[in-house]
Amino acid sequence: MKTEMICAGFGGQGALTIGKFLVKAGMNEGKNVSWLPSYGPEMRGGTANVSTVISDKPVGSPVVAHPDIVIALNQPSIDKFAPMLKAGGLLIYNEDMCPKGTDRTDIKVVSAPMTTIAKEIGNLKVMNMVAIGMVMGNTELVKKETMLNSIAPLQKKAPELYDMNLEAIDKGYELGKK
Amino acid sequence: MQVIATRPNTLTDLNFTYCPGCLHGVAHRLIAEAIDELGMRNQMMGVAPVGCSVFAYKFFNIDMQEAAHGRAPALATGMKRARPDMNVFTYQGDGDLAAIGTAEIVHAANRGEHITVFFVNNAIYGMTGGQMAPTTLPDMKTTTSPYGRDVDDIGYPIRVCELLNTLVAPYFIERVSLLSPAEIMKAKKAVLKALTYNKEERGFTFIEFVSTCPTNWGLDALESRDWAREHMLPFFKVQNFRDKGIEEAK
Amino acid sequence: MAEKVLMKGNEAVAEAAIRAGCRLYFAYPITPQSELIEYMARMMPKAGGVFVQAESEIAAINMVYGASGCGRRAMTSSSSPGIALKQEGISYLAGANLPAVIVNVQRGGPGLGDIQPAQGDYFQATRGGGNGDYYTMALAPSTVQEFADMASLAFDLADKYRNPVVILADGLLGQMMEPVEFLPAKTEAELKELDNQHLDWCCCPNEDEPNHHHHEINSLEIDPVVLEQHVLRLGEKYDKITANEQRWEDYNINADNEILVVAFGTASRICKSAIDELNDAGHNIGLVRPITVWPYPYDAVYKAVGDKVKKVIVFELNLGQMVQDVKIAVNGKVPVDFMGKVGGILFSTDEVKAKIAENLEEAK
Repeated sequence: MKTEMICAGFGGQGALTIGKFLVKAGMNEGKNVSWLPSYGPEMRGGTANVSTVISDKPVGSPVVAHPDIVIALNQPSIDKFAPMLKAGGLLIYNEDMCPKGTDRTDIKVVSAPMTTIAKEIGNLKVMNMVAIGMVMGNTELVKKETMLNSIAPLQKKAPELYDMNLEAIDKGYELGKK
Repeated sequence: MQVIATRPNTLTDLNFTYCPGCLHGVAHRLIAEAIDELGMRNQMMGVAPVGCSVFAYKFFNIDMQEAAHGRAPALATGMKRARPDMNVFTYQGDGDLAAIGTAEIVHAANRGEHITVFFVNNAIYGMTGGQMAPTTLPDMKTTTSPYGRDVDDIGYPIRVCELLNTLVAPYFIERVSLLSPAEIMKAKKAVLKALTYNKEERGFTFIEFVSTCPTNWGLDALESRDWAREHMLPFFKVQNFRDKGIEEAK
Repeated sequence: MAEKVLMKGNEAVAEAAIRAGCRLYFAYPITPQSELIEYMARMMPKAGGVFVQAESEIAAINMVYGASGCGRRAMTSSSSPGIALKQEGISYLAGANLPAVIVNVQRGGPGLGDIQPAQGDYFQATRGGGNGDYYTMALAPSTVQEFADMASLAFDLADKYRNPVVILADGLLGQMMEPVEFLPAKTEAELKELDNQHLDWCCCPNEDEPNHHHHEINSLEIDPVVLEQHVLRLGEKYDKITANEQRWEDYNINADNEILVVAFGTASRICKSAIDELNDAGHNIGLVRPITVWPYPYDAVYKAVGDKVKKVIVFELNLGQMVQDVKIAVNGKVPVDFMGKVGGILFSTDEVKAKIAENLEEAK
């Protein structure tokens, strides 16, 4: 089993962090993983992105050409990466910043107003946890329990942020199940 | 029989390979005597340059490294950082230090590396046969300034002590000359001071020797000293530029 | 077993170098290796080591020379244009028989090029790189784990042969994160042993006569007869390294291989994915991945060309550099084909598959 994913968004939206959390959880579950960011001028542009692979076998190419999952935090990311999705693949996107969505009909689409949800929870930064929750709700990429373990150290260090992360994961998880 | 003069322990018993009348031998001896007198020999290591004094690594009887052209202060930085309990000096000519190695000397000085740099300025490239140096004087003829150094075309000579004296970190900067026994005795005092500061880990210390090149200047030993006195000393003034030791003692 | 951590290649090799006993690191910032210098800036002081941001790449390699001449483990790193600047120092290190580790996180060239991953410095890394007759060992990692493991290997080899060792990575390996398990850090006793291993020749504290030493760290021999002997001794060293230190990975090499692929570093990963897919579809493709690109594993490549192999295909992120070594290795036994990508662009798994498939067709 090998799952290839691309997470993308404006620089600073947390797309690279989404990939990092998921890959780390995969590693903690004993899988082979890779996390390959775009770097250079793109970091400041519209589609800062990371390609990740989570696999039972050692990872060959870390370059993802045909993702199983695309997480898009803004419209340019959908425009760029949704066409690359495998037929039957999964697109998760942020309704707040993707007014056009996608016109592909051969893929599964799960969307939510991630920015709004994060603001309601109380911190824009937890938007990436909403997205992570959605992935976990919709797929078996990594277990929710693993993710909760990986953010557990926050509980003592920053209890308020921990609670918000927890809420964001739960909300995303429920939305992802739909 | 009473021994009244002997070779310093810090010099090997090799014969110097310098031209007759050259003052590198004098500079070597001053440094070696000072190292002996300060009891630094077993903790001292040095860096030789590319230039006439390229074989300095054979002449100083301590552990020595031979640097690429201009890189001696970078080597000395690595050496001092690798063996902080030891002392390091570099010995460099004007082409090595003030042309190809400008970046290395400025930044080693700027970091305040705990090393001593001995800079021999004779206003010419000696080893390669008398080409123009960054310290060649205005209108001075060399094989690459055959009509005399044209300052409108190639700029003025660089005064290295003055340049380094703009930096905050250096601890001791002095220009001395080697043109007469009296000047050599004065130079020895400066060398002793710089190496004492080195031993005491005070900071970056720098000595410029105003020297001669009889061979490439086309003069004999004594004429070359007169020439240097007449032409070099007015431009490269002998003086102490920086002595934080005196300031700190106040 | 050590805990796995998720790390960028640039940071992993830095951490591994510190664990391997490197306490002196000198470098100048350049993309895509900046995480390496930044990691060293953070962690070297904590390890009681030396970090100096040099004024140039040239100064950095010469600081390494000075430190190495004092018998201590020293390292620098850069990316392609900066490595070009370091060649002066690398040649002097080789000439003076000094150990040192140089990490090259390659990017596209020539000149300023771009900052994306490339393998255009293969010739430079495997053919000396600077002036004169010399070789540096060149280790080419293909995963973050291997990149990290090579730090320790590179220092051991550098010390063993008193020769510079290059780790030839690229921007992809530097920037990507993968799980890494680190070797245990050297103990105080081991560090002391490392620091004392070169006292017979390096710059180090001295004694009075009769035990006073005069060690010269030097690449200058003005007498041609003496230089001749010196270079011949270097040649003997390179022969020894060539005989003892070839490393490579065989991937699905067997007697029924139809096509043999040769690729190193990042390119080999993409080839592995393509080969897996083709083999799953019933083909039989093998891969030799040179791990040391100097000394080059010529015999390993030759032996991998089985009787049924119709063609050898070389994949590189350059215009075709290693392909010259593969041709030497294959020695005319079968045709050697090549596919390259340049400009910091990677080939996709599909492109590699298509290239191999095209040759499978021809072979029928």
